[in-house]
Amino acid sequence: MLHIYCPHCAEYREEDEFHCAGQAHIARPLDPEACSDQEWGEYLFFRKNPRGLHHELWVHAAGCRKFFNMTRDTQSYEIKEVYKIGEQPSVVAE
Amino acid sequence: MTQQNRLTSGGRIDRSTPLTFTYNGKQYKGFKGDTLASAMLANGIDVVARSFKYSRPRGIVACGAEEPNAVLQLGATEATQVPNVRATQQELFDGLVSASTNGWPSVDTDVMGMIGKVGGNMMPPGFYYKTFMFPESLWDTYESMIRKAAGIGRAPRERDPDTYDAVNQHCDVMIVGAGPAGLAAALTAARGGARVIIADEQNEFGGSLLNSTEQLDGKPAAEWVRAVVEELSTFDDVMLLPRSTVNGYHDHNFLTIHERRTDHLADIAPVNTVRQRIHRVRAKWVVLATGAHERPLVYANNDVPGCMITGAVSAYINRYGVVPGNELVVMTTNDYGYQAALDWADAGRKVVAIVDTREAAVGDRTEAARQRGLNIISGSAVIEVQGTKRVTSVSVAGLSSSGTKVIGSVTKLKADTVATSGGWSPVIHLSCHTGSRPVWSDSVVGFLPGPTVQKQLTAGGINGQYETATALQEGLDAGQKALAEVGLAAADVVLPDVKTLKVAAPMSLFHIPHIKPTSQAPKQFVDYQTDVTAAGIEIACREGFEAIEHVKRYTAMGFGTDQGKLGNINGMAVAAKALNKSIPETGTTVFRPNYTPIAFGAVIGRNCGALFEPERYTAMHKWHVEQGAMFEDVGQWKRPWYYPQKGESMQQSLNRECMAVRNSVGILDASTLGKIDIQGKDAREFLGRVYSNAWAKLAIGKCRYGLMCGEDGMVFDDGVTACLGENHFVMTTTTGGAAHVYEWLEIYHQTEWPELEVYFNTVTDHWSTATITGPNSRKLLEELTDFDVSNDNFRYMDWKQITVAGVPARVFRISFTGELSFEINVQANYGMAVWEQLIEAGAKYGLTPYGTETMHILRAEKGFIIAGQDTDGSVHPYDLGMGWCVSNQKPFSYIGKRGMNRSDCTRANRKQLVGLKTKDPKQVIPEGSAAVLDPKGPKPLEIQGHISSSYWSETLGHSIAMGFIKGGLDKMGETVYYPMADGTVIEAEICSPIFFDPKGERQNV
Repeated sequence: MLHIYCPHCAEYREEDEFHCAGQAHIARPLDPEACSDQEWGEYLFFRKNPRGLHHELWVHAAGCRKFFNMTRDTQSYEIKEVYKIGEQPSVVAE
Repeated sequence: MTQQNRLTSGGRIDRSTPLTFTYNGKQYKGFKGDTLASAMLANGIDVVARSFKYSRPRGIVACGAEEPNAVLQLGATEATQVPNVRATQQELFDGLVSASTNGWPSVDTDVMGMIGKVGGNMMPPGFYYKTFMFPESLWDTYESMIRKAAGIGRAPRERDPDTYDAVNQHCDVMIVGAGPAGLAAALTAARGGARVIIADEQNEFGGSLLNSTEQLDGKPAAEWVRAVVEELSTFDDVMLLPRSTVNGYHDHNFLTIHERRTDHLADIAPVNTVRQRIHRVRAKWVVLATGAHERPLVYANNDVPGCMITGAVSAYINRYGVVPGNELVVMTTNDYGYQAALDWADAGRKVVAIVDTREAAVGDRTEAARQRGLNIISGSAVIEVQGTKRVTSVSVAGLSSSGTKVIGSVTKLKADTVATSGGWSPVIHLSCHTGSRPVWSDSVVGFLPGPTVQKQLTAGGINGQYETATALQEGLDAGQKALAEVGLAAADVVLPDVKTLKVAAPMSLFHIPHIKPTSQAPKQFVDYQTDVTAAGIEIACREGFEAIEHVKRYTAMGFGTDQGKLGNINGMAVAAKALNKSIPETGTTVFRPNYTPIAFGAVIGRNCGALFEPERYTAMHKWHVEQGAMFEDVGQWKRPWYYPQKGESMQQSLNRECMAVRNSVGILDASTLGKIDIQGKDAREFLGRVYSNAWAKLAIGKCRYGLMCGEDGMVFDDGVTACLGENHFVMTTTTGGAAHVYEWLEIYHQTEWPELEVYFNTVTDHWSTATITGPNSRKLLEELTDFDVSNDNFRYMDWKQITVAGVPARVFRISFTGELSFEINVQANYGMAVWEQLIEAGAKYGLTPYGTETMHILRAEKGFIIAGQDTDGSVHPYDLGMGWCVSNQKPFSYIGKRGMNRSDCTRANRKQLVGLKTKDPKQVIPEGSAAVLDPKGPKPLEIQGHISSSYWSETLGHSIAMGFIKGGLDKMGETVYYPMADGTVIEAEICSPIFFDPKGERQNV
């Protein structure tokens, strides 16, 4: 069970309080109508499944209810950093 | 009954407290301090089980968690039955009742054993896969036979009377194991001021020190243990957990400990006492001081009762005062094996021989044996034992220096006990739980913990350090390191003085050769519990299983309740040899939680019965219960399903409830609908982005129905949203979808459109909702309010802030039944009072409470969808014939717009929601039925769609159904067929889903 630092609450809390909401940094296209079916399909369905560093969107569901980003190693489950929505990660996969 | 194997003195048992226990219906005596296993050995019980596959007699081999054979059924009563108890870990208590779990009619005279003898060659590895696969239809029969024969215990048929719970813990240093290394680490960490938890699976701390005659500071080791435990218990921040197995090591230093609080006292926990407890520990640092398990050697007939491991022999003698036999032969690859012979001789019984597989070994223990005059046979091995229910003799032969071949002649020696040691395997299970791969060490002849990302330290036996002095030093070092890591100063600890014995190098040997090839020699067992032999592993390798994980699965090695603690390394060694690889090349399977089996009660804790899942009740729940309502679970909510009156069938109740609504007035508790309060200057804009229809012009005081779609264009929720003020709305969602919708709104606001000023708050529980519906609903409302609720003053799709039954209410004039309806929302605290006044005032109109089932029928008569029943994530608004609820004029590309315009969503022949009228009006098509065009056509028939909602409509006097048909909206009047499982076919005509009042006049009066 992960021990997660919520950047909004500024505290470590148990994983029970959080939900993972999938891959982070999937921006909704600003002009959806300009997207081809393929582009829209990629936005909708295609996600990374890396072995190693992964940027994920999490929500402190049973806490402050705020979303934030987490960079996590999918192999070791180490959390490299958490950062707020709109911020960019400082640890990135090579 | 005499305890013929009990010594008159010595050991950590209390001879002044005799205890009586029952094994297989017979009474025996033991002492306080015994385990069930030590008491059985004291009484000379040789056979404790029949083996899994061959039904061979089996005896006690070990003295701890690694015991494969003495796995018993416990319990004096049906309710207190506990399967899979290792006798070696069960403390004896007075009145304990135990039984072996297999063998028919008993373990001593077993019929299956005959099959084992003659059928051995008929049961090769993969036997079950090869034999019981065909015909598939018989698998259920096979399975129950296999289970019965396999003897894996049975669950109680009555409710467990005991209570279990769980506790969360936090600490600086979690120490696993309270042997010399763990105790030294704990003492250091405690003196340094750390918050410490130390857990050990045994009833008392001390680990290996409890089993030995070693001296610390010139005194028995137990005295040092007692002093350390006494000092540790003086610290407020140190928690000592005996009888507590650390069963799982999870990510981020989260550990689960299974504490057995009363299993040593009685069958049932004392009143107001928790039987077992799970500690959920989050530790800053972890010290694993889990020690090592001794490996037996693999030789012919090595499963005959009387074959044990050397460490267990020493433990039974030194700790329990039990000598498990009379004439001992030791076979060892290392110096530690000699200790059993020394202890046996000290106990006054005969050591027949020490057979050392090494040609020459000079260490302090070998010298001690030599000085005692014990018969040491070097460069040799016990290649086979004789006997069935007890060893009677052993065959000893010379070994080649590599240990791969028998050389020279075979000598028979008379003996009843064979203790073997193939060295020790560090207990690395916990270090593997977090994904760390173990690393083979040639010098240790075993796997050591591999690199890890956990904040983990190791000390003592787990590192392959088996000398007490080294273990103590490593424990102290780990304690100091942990102190430094958590920011505390080093502690002042002086370790006791221990004599370090000289140890000669061990021999790397696992499988003792026989004069015959392995395939023809008597069975050489690798895993006792699953009856896996060396020959079986060789066959598996020959049949092409090369990866150790596959060998494991094919042979079932390590699949028992002991998870191969004793046999796995030997099995890997046999596989490595067969594959002509080294052990590190072959690799190891890894370990997963739990380390030892744990009771379901402990897993569940308090989360059972009424506490299994929270139940949500509305403010009027008590009233529904009093009326005898039947309830339906909707998410966690308990909703009235229907209200049966005396003597009514369910259908009769539904008919009565439906007719009451259509003819006069009914009342529904709609409190469970999700309600989300939305405020902010951009609230209206936000609604337009998350709903498919338009919201820009919704005036204050008005309500509007909306469809919510995903980015793929598919409908996932719906509901009515009311405009309370220019910047203030309240949204309703489906009962089951409320939490998801709430998170949906938040994720879009927080991650996509943070620039919009809008705030969401869930207010579902703040409000109680009583829906009154039917032609007389206005008259009823008028009785409880002074407000003018006439059609001129309170229009359809309006909401009003008025006073109802003396309390402030938000009343929505919206309708889910097609009748004139008012949804009366009041503060939840007033809910029951308002409800009761409505009931009282409604009596003269025959006001009838109705439940969710009637609600479903009434809405289906009107063709209204239920999100989640008539939608399944694959239908967009146009598929539902709800294009009227889509606005393509909105400037912002709302969620779902692009998705529902994908080419696949706009193609012809999509499945569309239509009404279905059966040819026989009495027939109700089962929900889920598949539609075809020609039931007599060539198979497979092409499925045209399915029924999503289907009911008997008492209002209309015929059945009604809604369902999907390919291109259905263009097929009005056409016929489709629904073939049933019984061969009959239901014929139905495609029609509009609006069966009742198609012009919608009734709700508008």
